[in-house]
Amino acid sequence: MSPALTRNDPWVERFTTLERTRSQEPAWLQSCRQTAIDRFAELGLPTTRHEAWKYTNVAAIAKETFALAPADAPVAAEDLESLRVPDLDAHEVVIVDGRFRSDLAPASSTALPDGVVVGSLASALTNGDLESWLEQHPDREDLAFAALNTAFFQDGVFIRVPKNVVLDRPVHVQHWRTADDRALLATPRLVVVAESGSQLELIETYGGSGESQLTDAVSEIFVGANASVQHVKLQVESSRAWHVAAILARLERDARYASHSISLGAAIARNDIRVRFEAEGGDTTLNGLFFATGEQLVDHHTVVDHRVPHCTSRELYKGILDERGHGVFDGKVWVREQAQKTDSSQTNRNLILSRDAIIDTKPQLEIYADDVRCAHGATIGQLDADALYYLRSRGIAEAKARSLLMRGFATDVLTAIASEPLRAALERRLLERLPGALDLEGDQ
Amino acid sequence: MLTIKNLHASAGGAEILKALDLEVKSGEVHAIMGPNGSGKSTLAHVLAGREGYDVTEGHVTFDGQNLLDLSVEERACAGLFLGFQYPVEIPGVANNYFLRASLNAIRKARGEEELDAMDFLGLLKKKAALVEMDPKFLTRPVNVGFSGGEKKRNEILQMAVLEPKLAVLDETDSGLDIDALRVVSKGIESLRSPEHSIVLITHYQRLLDYVVPDVVHVFAGGRIVQSGGKELAIELEKNGYAAFESAASA
Ligand SMILES: Nc1ncnc2c1ncn2[C@@H]1O[C@H](COP(=O)(O)OP(=O)(O)OP(=O)(O)O)[C@@H](O)[C@H]1O
Ligand SMILES: [Mg+2]
Repeated sequence: MSPALTRNDPWVERFTTLERTRSQEPAWLQSCRQTAIDRFAELGLPTTRHEAWKYTNVAAIAKETFALAPADAPVAAEDLESLRVPDLDAHEVVIVDGRFRSDLAPASSTALPDGVVVGSLASALTNGDLESWLEQHPDREDLAFAALNTAFFQDGVFIRVPKNVVLDRPVHVQHWRTADDRALLATPRLVVVAESGSQLELIETYGGSGESQLTDAVSEIFVGANASVQHVKLQVESSRAWHVAAILARLERDARYASHSISLGAAIARNDIRVRFEAEGGDTTLNGLFFATGEQLVDHHTVVDHRVPHCTSRELYKGILDERGHGVFDGKVWVREQAQKTDSSQTNRNLILSRDAIIDTKPQLEIYADDVRCAHGATIGQLDADALYYLRSRGIAEAKARSLLMRGFATDVLTAIASEPLRAALERRLLERLPGALDLEGDQ
Repeated sequence: MLTIKNLHASAGGAEILKALDLEVKSGEVHAIMGPNGSGKSTLAHVLAGREGYDVTEGHVTFDGQNLLDLSVEERACAGLFLGFQYPVEIPGVANNYFLRASLNAIRKARGEEELDAMDFLGLLKKKAALVEMDPKFLTRPVNVGFSGGEKKRNEILQMAVLEPKLAVLDETDSGLDIDALRVVSKGIESLRSPEHSIVLITHYQRLLDYVVPDVVHVFAGGRIVQSGGKELAIELEKNGYAAFESAASA
């Protein structure tokens, strides 16, 4: 570690100032935070010289001086309303600029089954629930932004589903970023514990208005033995905001975890999604859909770590790039020596709609076991000329045929989402952005 | 209905259609039989307007219009239908949605009112029953995961819904078992009327037992080398194309 860097880094300085006000925090948390800021001081903000950030230049973020987003920012009712999913019966909680806002929770957020916790992370910190769950994913050492989150987070959501409890309604966490003249950092933190045999559907929507706002989110997800977590994340932040997030999941025996990452907003959106199989029989699905247009950059880095035998992973990411949009996909699948009978597939398909759009895709398999079934691949293409001809040969005008194919390309990732209202809402969000697709809406 | 005169067309630098003449009158059913690679599908795609084919000579008139001036979708709207030898899979586009978009585009071009979802569903159910198609195929993405036979049946369903003036069916009978062939033939027969014409491109005389053609053409070397009645098909099945191929290259 370079002491000079430690002294000069504004984040480290801010941490030191803040430390004095945090003396009431439990000792274990103070030590977590100290470890994290030390790690951050060592790592620094990534530059394009880092392999994992080769295509994603965060110089604009590094240049900005951020203040920590204050609590209790006022927020308009219609902004919050825009995050909701029409016709979806969900347990809804609201996070504004990284803070849990029970004062803004819709009426739907009452009546959970006995023992289920869906509440403020800050209050969970003080009542001792969190020590064994926070900062437990071993594979996070290289994540500078996640370290920053750990050093600074003030609040977020803690979800706990007790053993064998099946939540019949999804939990919808609605994140909103308010507009502000200053550049502000929000650090929402989610900790999700699905105990053995339990079942949870988790939806996260990240939206916001305003420029130069940075969201640095970390979600830690623990899926107990034979438990299931379905996780849908929709990111529709302002195209002048920055969104960096880590989703860190650990799966116990026979656990199931599905992640659907739909990334449509932000100037720069970076998601690091890491799934680690801790015991045999685990099953994960990593699906993603991203769209970048204008000057947007959207980057998904995923890691699936098969470190035990008999686990299954299925990954499908689809990207659509228009104008000067830039997509990055980097998918790593580890199959460790002891992970025999691994069954893994990974696909990244990209549709390029303009000359200036860019996709950098890198599916990577690292296999050290010999009795496994693994496949991976990536495609980059334009709309399928044969399909276009087929549609036109049935009288459908070329422009409409193109929109249909675009929608078709994108929506088959969404068919894996079981909830009809949610799928429809996601589709609509996408169609609002795809060129020429909106006049197809409601048609199907 | 369709008049082709001295049609020459090439693809990838090679001339495939060579001085092709064909006249199909309203209400007629024509069968075109010929060896592999002789240019039958090329003819079908040139009629439908697929990119990548250059028409270097000749004229095609369809229902009084110069067909070659029209875009792919305009030809479909004018009443031309091509049943694909290899129907295309379209992930993410539901079969029923696709068919309604298609029918409404064509109705609009004909100056008819578009069908709403309810009316369309009624029509679709009727036509699906005609081709004995399991309704589950209607909501699935177009041709995705369909067997070869199901894809062909889907072509006939589309034809039955769109009721084109001229249907060019490129090997719609290939790869069908006898039950499917019977159903497909029933679909084709249902279009048959004085206002509709049908061109069957086929390798098998078997289809022509069900859909008896008015005219049979032998297609070889990029053109029609002989035409006759339905007995010509029987002769071809028995003796093959050898005699005609030498005629074509002569
Ligand atoms: N786009 C193209 N570019 C280059 N060559 C082509 C193209 N399309 C067709 N051909 C060639 O033209 C010839 C005729 O092909 P076509 O598919 O029309 O034959 P066909 O009579 O339909 O054969 P089959 O009975 O096997 O279906 C073949 O040699 C084929 O390879
Ligand atoms: Mg052919």
